[in-house]
Amino acid sequence: MTILAGTWSWLTTAAHWYGPDGIWTRLGQHLLLTVVCLLISCVLALPVALLLGHLGRGGALAVNISNTGRAVPTFAVLVLLLLTPVGSFGQGPTVIALVLFSVPPLLTNAYVGMREADPDVVRAARGMGMTGWQTVRRVELPLALPLVLTGVRIAAVQLVATATLAALVGGGGLGRIITAGFNLASTPQVVAGAVLVAAFALIVEGLFEAGRRLVPYHSRGNRTGAGGTA
Amino acid sequence: MTAPPDDCLARNEWICGAYLTSRRGILWDATLQHLQLTALSVLLGCAVALPLALAARHRRWAAAPVLGVTTVLYTIPSLAMFSLLLPVYGLSATLVVTGLALYSLTLLVRNLLAGLRAVPEETRQAARGLGYGPLRLLLTVELPLALPAAMAGLRIATVSAVSLVTVGAIVGFGGLGNLVYSGMNTFFKAQVLTASVLCVLIAVAADLLLLGAQRLLTPWARRAV
Repeated sequence: MTILAGTWSWLTTAAHWYGPDGIWTRLGQHLLLTVVCLLISCVLALPVALLLGHLGRGGALAVNISNTGRAVPTFAVLVLLLLTPVGSFGQGPTVIALVLFSVPPLLTNAYVGMREADPDVVRAARGMGMTGWQTVRRVELPLALPLVLTGVRIAAVQLVATATLAALVGGGGLGRIITAGFNLASTPQVVAGAVLVAAFALIVEGLFEAGRRLVPYHSRGNRTGAGGTA
Repeated sequence: MTAPPDDCLARNEWICGAYLTSRRGILWDATLQHLQLTALSVLLGCAVALPLALAARHRRWAAAPVLGVTTVLYTIPSLAMFSLLLPVYGLSATLVVTGLALYSLTLLVRNLLAGLRAVPEETRQAARGLGYGPLRLLLTVELPLALPAAMAGLRIATVSAVSLVTVGAIVGFGGLGNLVYSGMNTFFKAQVLTASVLCVLIAVAADLLLLGAQRLLTPWARRAV
């Protein structure tokens, strides 16, 4: 009980929200890291996945990269990058690790989505005289959209989780509140930070879920695969 | 005054044979802790996931909350999960095991449920016609048929657990993650790389071991694969 009360009083202390180490600053860093890395990953992964899916090549690669990614400890990669020359560029290791871990779900889902477009429909489009590019843009991509968006959702949630781990290697973000709490041996602060991080991750997941419900029924797709772990 | 020894430890190189030989004990202890934490958490996850999946299978109203809650748990970042359990367990190995078990629930429950739901109704009826009671039906017909799907979930859960144990370093129980963490603070490159590589090796070995177990347990499925 005392810890719950301590957590509440930590969260409701105005001084903890403002300033360079305040919650707002950490939230801003977390959000910025997540958004920037999500954009970079999408720009890198989606065109490649869509092209491979359209051509029907590299499927084993696209799917296996995603499975292998689970075996590699995110935390270890962050530390490894920190000790390389990249480590001297502030957020460099964090951004690289984050992009590295959010590319696989994007790649796999977009590829599978393109491959699962009904071959009869694609052939019909060809028969109507559509060029390759027209087929992609007007037939395959709309059909693949639900899975592509599932990939983006998984990547986004994974990015939030990984951005939290960045705090362990001295990066910014909400995880910093937790690690600072550990250093101060202040359990209320650790728990308060964890509550904030968990809430942030759940809000991101919730926003994607809400977005999914807003799109037309035929392009919703099933909620296959759970979010990311890191 | 002696000059520093001219070896890879002194030069702080990434790959270093002298590290492997001189710190064999430390590496062994960390690997053992890593394996223990992973095995315990996955076993605990299985023990909790089975009744949950069975409840979701037999009680229609239970499926949505079970899947919903386990998915929400899966969304919470690992560092936050461990920290949230801190008031309950303190700085202990139990904290890491509990946190990882909670993570594995989503994968295990989803796959087990999918496997159980895929058992053909005719098969179930045939078994009932042969006089099988509910328990015998579950143990000798339904669970074996659900095994391939369940094992797929178990493999992903185990591999993820191996890599997430490292985050347990924040509370001092992270197996090889402890070596990565202390290596980071002392810029000890050989230790960080060796521990990371060992982590990946454990994950790959565990995955292959489970794949082998699955093949042994489901001899009827071997030809289909």
